[in-house]
Order: sequence, then structure tokens, then C-alpha cells
Amino acid sequence: MLDAKIPAGPVDQKWTKYKGSVKLVNPANKRKLEVIVVGTGLAGASAAASLGELGYKVKAFCFQDSPRRAHSIAAQGGINAAKNYQNDGDSVYRLFYDTIKGGDYRAREANVHRLAEVSTSIIDQCVAQGVPFAREYGGLLSNRSFGGTQVQRTFYAAGQTGQQLLIGAYQALERQISLGNVTMHSRHEMLDVVMIDGKARGIICRNLVNGELERHFGHAVLLCTGGYGNVFYLSTNAMGSNATAIWKAHKKGAYFGNPCFTQIHPTCIPVSGDHQSKLTLMSESLRNDGRIWVPKQKRETRKSIDIPEEERDYYLERRYPAFGNLVPRDVASRAAKERCDAGYGVGTSKQAVYLDFADAIKRYGKIEAGKRGLENADEATIIKLGKEDVKEKYGNLFDMYEKITGENPYEVPMRIYPAVHYTMGGLWVDYDLMTTVPGLYTLGEANFSDHGANRLGASALMQGLADGYFVIPYTIGNYLADEIRTAEIPTDHPAFIQTENAVSDRLNILMGIKGKQTVESFHKRLGKIMWDKCGMARNAEGLKQAISEIQQLKKEFWSDVRIPGEINEMNPELDKAGRVADFIELGELMCIDALQREESCGGHFREESQTEEGEALRHDDKFMYVSNWEYQGDHQWELHKEALNYEVVKPSQRSYK
Amino acid sequence: MTHKNINLKLKVWKQKNSKSAGNFETFVVKDISTEMSFLEMFDVLNERLIGEGKEPIAFDHDCREGICGTCSMYINGRPHGPWHATTTCQLHMRAFNDGDTIVVEPWRANAFQVIKDLMVDRSAFDRIIQAGGFISVNTGNAVDANSMPVEKDKADASFAAAACIGCGACVAACKNSSAMLFVSAKVTHLALLPQGSPERRTRALNMVAQMDKEGFGSCTNTGACEAVCPKEISIENIARLNKEYLMAGLTLEK
Repeated sequence: MLDAKIPAGPVDQKWTKYKGSVKLVNPANKRKLEVIVVGTGLAGASAAASLGELGYKVKAFCFQDSPRRAHSIAAQGGINAAKNYQNDGDSVYRLFYDTIKGGDYRAREANVHRLAEVSTSIIDQCVAQGVPFAREYGGLLSNRSFGGTQVQRTFYAAGQTGQQLLIGAYQALERQISLGNVTMHSRHEMLDVVMIDGKARGIICRNLVNGELERHFGHAVLLCTGGYGNVFYLSTNAMGSNATAIWKAHKKGAYFGNPCFTQIHPTCIPVSGDHQSKLTLMSESLRNDGRIWVPKQKRETRKSIDIPEEERDYYLERRYPAFGNLVPRDVASRAAKERCDAGYGVGTSKQAVYLDFADAIKRYGKIEAGKRGLENADEATIIKLGKEDVKEKYGNLFDMYEKITGENPYEVPMRIYPAVHYTMGGLWVDYDLMTTVPGLYTLGEANFSDHGANRLGASALMQGLADGYFVIPYTIGNYLADEIRTAEIPTDHPAFIQTENAVSDRLNILMGIKGKQTVESFHKRLGKIMWDKCGMARNAEGLKQAISEIQQLKKEFWSDVRIPGEINEMNPELDKAGRVADFIELGELMCIDALQREESCGGHFREESQTEEGEALRHDDKFMYVSNWEYQGDHQWELHKEALNYEVVKPSQRSYK
Repeated sequence: MTHKNINLKLKVWKQKNSKSAGNFETFVVKDISTEMSFLEMFDVLNERLIGEGKEPIAFDHDCREGICGTCSMYINGRPHGPWHATTTCQLHMRAFNDGDTIVVEPWRANAFQVIKDLMVDRSAFDRIIQAGGFISVNTGNAVDANSMPVEKDKADASFAAAACIGCGACVAACKNSSAMLFVSAKVTHLALLPQGSPERRTRALNMVAQMDKEGFGSCTNTGACEAVCPKEISIENIARLNKEYLMAGLTLEK
């Protein structure tokens, strides 16, 4: 069993006690300690900035051309915090409870409670940085509701919350760069971790502009590199989002926790053809006002607006009256798949359901007419006013939908379908956010820690910033306090040379294959295997097939991939090839994990394990643990379990009815 | 939405690196679905080029949902192409007709050196932010978020300016390669909030000084920047920057 080093004591006092007793590093020593931060999204930028402020010497890396571009920027809907500004019964405990329940009782209580505790400080910090959250007329902050909760605790900035939070963290980071506390390396990709005497002591990275390999030393290394949803090829992730950093760390000894836990987001724009390169999310906040439905008649051919009210099946409201359209993401996604598989899907592909704003437009129109004293407003006026209101709330999302589909969602319902969005799994970390490799930390989506088997909406931003602003600045001291006598290790140390040689060899092998098939074609094939057999529903037979297909694909990749260009120059195809090679291996592990976990929980739905009503059926007696995989060689992993002990929340069958 | 397939001729800027000279190359692409995004059309072309043993065209892109600000193509003489308030990645092929010729260039400005083909170096923007585009508040110093109400009008205007994605289209569109819209958006975002007020003078002066140092040109109020901005950042922000700058220059005690 793995030891997560959870502090003793009641769950609501653990973090306070920890902070009071954690080791500290004095300011003079901080200046001598170097920390490497890979990735500059919410977790990475906030960590790099905060550690810089503390006086550590920080080196930050990102593959994008600027730290401001990290994919946290694309988060739309909001960020949760237990502020209870709405006086609607929220509290740290409620946020903690909702997150544990939303995660289907597969998350670690102590971490989640800490997350809920620091959530309120995040909002304070962001407002102080100038993050322009939405406000009410009185000048105070506004909140909205999100899936899986019955309170309004989500702070937002129109549909651009991630952008505004990231720009806040980015500006804090740029400030530290200008003060000389952080050195920034943009257009750099980490390609391996350097290990010395069993500890992470640096990284090898490739300068993506000139192709040169570089060695960088650090007393500690933080991976803040996001999720691995692009294993599925099509996902809501950015094109560059990749798993390479965490995969290299995994191969150097970091255990991979719950790799199969993938979040399929219910409201994305459906696939339009084979050319599709990525999928676009329509924020979950739309489910506040949009109603999801399919026709009651199979293989319906009429247009959406020609189908009368009584012939529409608002299946989420029907199945889950208590939460309705605001059920958690995993539940909403499976319900959409169920309807489409049963023949009720809409659109040309029949792989879509409607998200309809007609009622919301009327409702808001009436409210607005009332505000303006228009007593007998006609239908057209009400609809006009309602559209204006909806535009203010969701305008940018509606515009984006129209640009992509060519349809006007103010007039006809949106067509949506689930898509891969987030990975709850990631490198295993203890309470300090340290992996099983000493000195190697993982923050944000890249770690497995807080969301169990399903993440609630508006909780990813919260976790990324919690880890970076308020957790790592404390927990890293616990390790670095013992490193003050470690002098900077020169990068001509044999371990650096050896690791760089291994990276260089691999790049040369890739370039030397000179096969026939493009990197992209392999990635697409991997994505199809994963989506068909390790997607929204999984079964033993399919997973076994997927494993053998992926092993075959790996062989083919390493014998027939074609990478144009040269090694010692900018070469985006070579960069992509390295990432896809890692995705292939990770895909295999995801299937192995999904096969081993013979239960359904959260986003992991094993067809063999469901209730009579088709809901996910957990097996707490057998699977109340985190599955952590240790890499042991090609296609070889060993499972290590971390038992989950619920001291406060009593696990029950999740119900949103 | 009905879709069709179209054939196009592309004239694309090719340049090996920042030191070499570049030139236009012509490519013919066939059976392009009007459902595709502009970048997906480039994906299709690149896949074909790789298959033919040629080098693909390098271009910057990442989120492909119009928010990260990475994509940057100058399409038929206009940054991000023909659609209003749209980034290159959100531009879709239904904007074009069968048989069209499309000219694609990188952003052109002295401060944005070409790295390869359609990719440019926009790190000057980061350095402008480093000069003062922030509020100096260390983690842990914050007071309760609701202790300082912000008038909704000001908060909304601040948000509108903060919507800038730092893509650089404003610079690419400007005949002077001025970065005033970018700088003014940041100055406005922070100056309109009470939290940003203590540093507003030094911020305006330092950011403008850095902008000049990077080699961006001056603003002559032609409004080309506003016209092409994918996030519809208003040119009014430039007026506010000028005011902030003037006030700072007049009142800053040395």
C-alpha cells in the first residue's frame, strides 16, 4: 500500500495543523534553491509566480510561444469557491462533500477538504490581481450555478473565466520575470527528467525553434503540464496539449494514478467530418438555461423547430427530476449516448442531441419586459428582449457555435454531443503533491488527486490555482528544507549527459524510420481505438481487443512513421511524433486500468457493472482504492493500491434523482 | 447547414528561418469541405505534402477555439481573414468560393520577426507586460474579494479590455506596426479597477517605453487595429492610454 502522508487529526484541521508544523526554508537559503516548473497554465504559472515571490530561483518552461497561451485559457464557465456570498447554504464542508460525491467516492478526503478550504483565498487573490469577474449592479461579485451542486458558488467572467484567471496568473508570472526571480523558457518542450541518487534533479528539453537539446538543473521539478485527453485524438484540448512530460516521469519511476478516469463532457459541438482536428466545448453553464431534448420518435426527420412540444423528450428532466439538466457531466454524457444509441439522435450523423434556449429566451424576455414596465408586451417583443439577455450571458459561446456550424442558436437549438474533455487520472501524488519520485511534484490536471472518478464543473480552475498559489508554496518547503546543503549540480554531471544522450538517440531513431505513414494518421487511429473501446462505455472484451490493437499500432508506428524535415531545426512533425509515441503507450495503460477496474464509477462505465436503470454501479468492497501503476518495461506495469478511507463522508449510491 | 466541396489555389509565404529570405509558393487544394476550419484546410494540405515527401507549412496554432491567441495568419491582406471578430482558427471554409485564390502571409512587423513560414516571434508582447502589465500583489496578500465593490460599468469596461488575446493582429494590420491597441487594452483593464489604481502612472509610462524600445511604430489613429481585432477591443482604449500617459507624465514626482 502507498503512503499518501496524510496528516493526522480531523479532516477540517489537517491543513491548518500541517501549515503550523511544516518545515520552513529561510529567505537566505531560498535564494540558493532552484525550482523547475514545466507548464505555465493555471497550476504552473501560479506556482512559478508564487515560488518566485517567496524568493526561490525559478525556471519555467512551456512549449507555446508565450506562457499566456496555455490551455487553461480555454476554460469557459467558471471557478468554484465556498464563499457563500449568495447566502444559499454553501460552506467549505458542502464544497468538500459535493466534490467527493461528484467524484463518485474515488478521491482522497484530505486533499479535497484542503481544496475546499483554500478555494475562498483563490477568489480573493484573483480579484486583487485584477481578474475582472462578473459583478452585480451593487458592485459585488456575481455567481452562477453549475452541474452537480444545488448552490450558486461559481464565479465567472462571461464565458472566458479561464482566460481571465490565466492572464492574472500570467501577469503575476511576468512580474516575477521582470524582477529576475523567474527565468522563462518559451517554445521549449521537456523530454526527460534527470535523476541523480534517486532524486529528480533536472530536465532535458528541446528548444523547439532551433532543435537544440538543453540541460537544466533544479533542486526540485514541478510538472504542471495538464491532462492527456488528446490520447483520444479528438478532444476539447488544445492541439499541443500532450502527456510527454508526465509520461517521461512515469518511466522514471512516478506511479500513474487512475489512468482510465476520463471525463467526457456532455455539451460539445458534434463532429462534422473526417477532417475534424479538435472538438469545441459549449460551456456547462449553458445547462443552467438550455434544455436538453431529443424527439420522442425514432429516426425523426423533421426540423427541430417543427417538432411540437409534446413530441419532445426532455430526457434529463424526465430521468433526474431533482437535478434535471444540471446533473454531473458523466451522467449527462451517458444519458445522451443512451438516447443516440437507441436511435433518437439528431442531425445528419444522428450522433447529437438538442440544447434548446427557446424557453430561456421567453423567460428572460418576460422578466426584462416586467423590469421595463411593458405590461402587455407581445411575443415578438418578449423574444427580442430575451435574446438580448441571453446574448449578455452567453454571447461569445453562441457566436462561436455559429462560426463553427453555420447555424444560429438564437433561432434553432444547438446540436451537441459528448466529447473527451478532462482526465481525472494523472501522476499519483501524496499530500505534499510529490510523486513517488523524490523531488518530483505534479500539480493541476497532470496529477490524479482531487476529482476522483468524475470532476465537477468549475473545479479544474479551482484545483489548478489551489495547487499553485496555496499548496505547493507550503509543501515544497518540507522537501527543500533538507536540500539547503545541496549545491547546484553542474549540468556536465554524467546523469545529465546520459539522459541527454538517451533523448537524442530516441529522436534520431524517430527521424531514421523514414516510413510511409504520417504521425497524424497514427494519432487518428489511436484515437478511434480509444473512443470506441475505452470511451463512454467500456467492457472487458473491447478493452482486451483495444490493448492488442494498440500494441500492434505501436509496432507499426516505430517501423513506418514518416517525419519530414531535419532534427537540428524547428520541426513540428518531430515534436508531434514524440508526443504521439507517448500517447500510444499511455493509451495501452488506460485500457489496462479500465480492464482491471471491474466496476463502474464516475466517468468510468463498465457495461458489466450497472444498475437495472442503467446507472453506474460501484463495488466499494473491491475497488475502494486508487490504482497506481508502476512502469516496469515495455507493456509491463505493476499495480500498487492506495486505499481510500472515508472518515467523514459516508459513500452511498450517487443519486441525482 | 448544407455543405459542399471546393477547390482553391493558395499562395503561401515560405521562409526557412529568420535569417533566410522567403518567397511565395503556390499550392492547389481540392475537395475542401466548407465545413472545415481554415486551419483544418492547412492540415489537409500538410498531410498531402508529407505524403509527397515535402516539408509541411509551419504555422502557429493551439486551442483552435479562438481564445489562446496563438494562430496568426494574414489572409488576403487582412489579419485572421475576412470574417469580422474572428481568429484564423475559427474562420471556416464557407467564407470562400470554389476557384478562389487565397494569399496567406505571416504577421509583418519589425518587432515580430519571422521564425519559419507563417510563424512569428511575439515575445515583445511578453516584455511589454513585464514592464508593468500587472498589479503588484504577492500571493497571500489579498483582502476579501467583496471588500472592494467595483461599479458594474467600470467592471464591464475593464473586462471588455481584458478580453485581448495578445494575438498581434492589431500590429499586423497597422501601417505603422503600432502596438497601441494591445498596450492600451492592458492599461485600461487595470486602470479601471480600484486594485490597479496605485500603479497606474508608472504602468502607463513603463509599458509605453518598452513598446517603443521593442520597435513598434506610433499610432496615427487609422483604426485598422480595431477593425481586425478578433475580440473587438475598442480604439477608445487608445484614447484612454493617451490620457493615462499624459496624466502620468504631468503628475509623476521624480
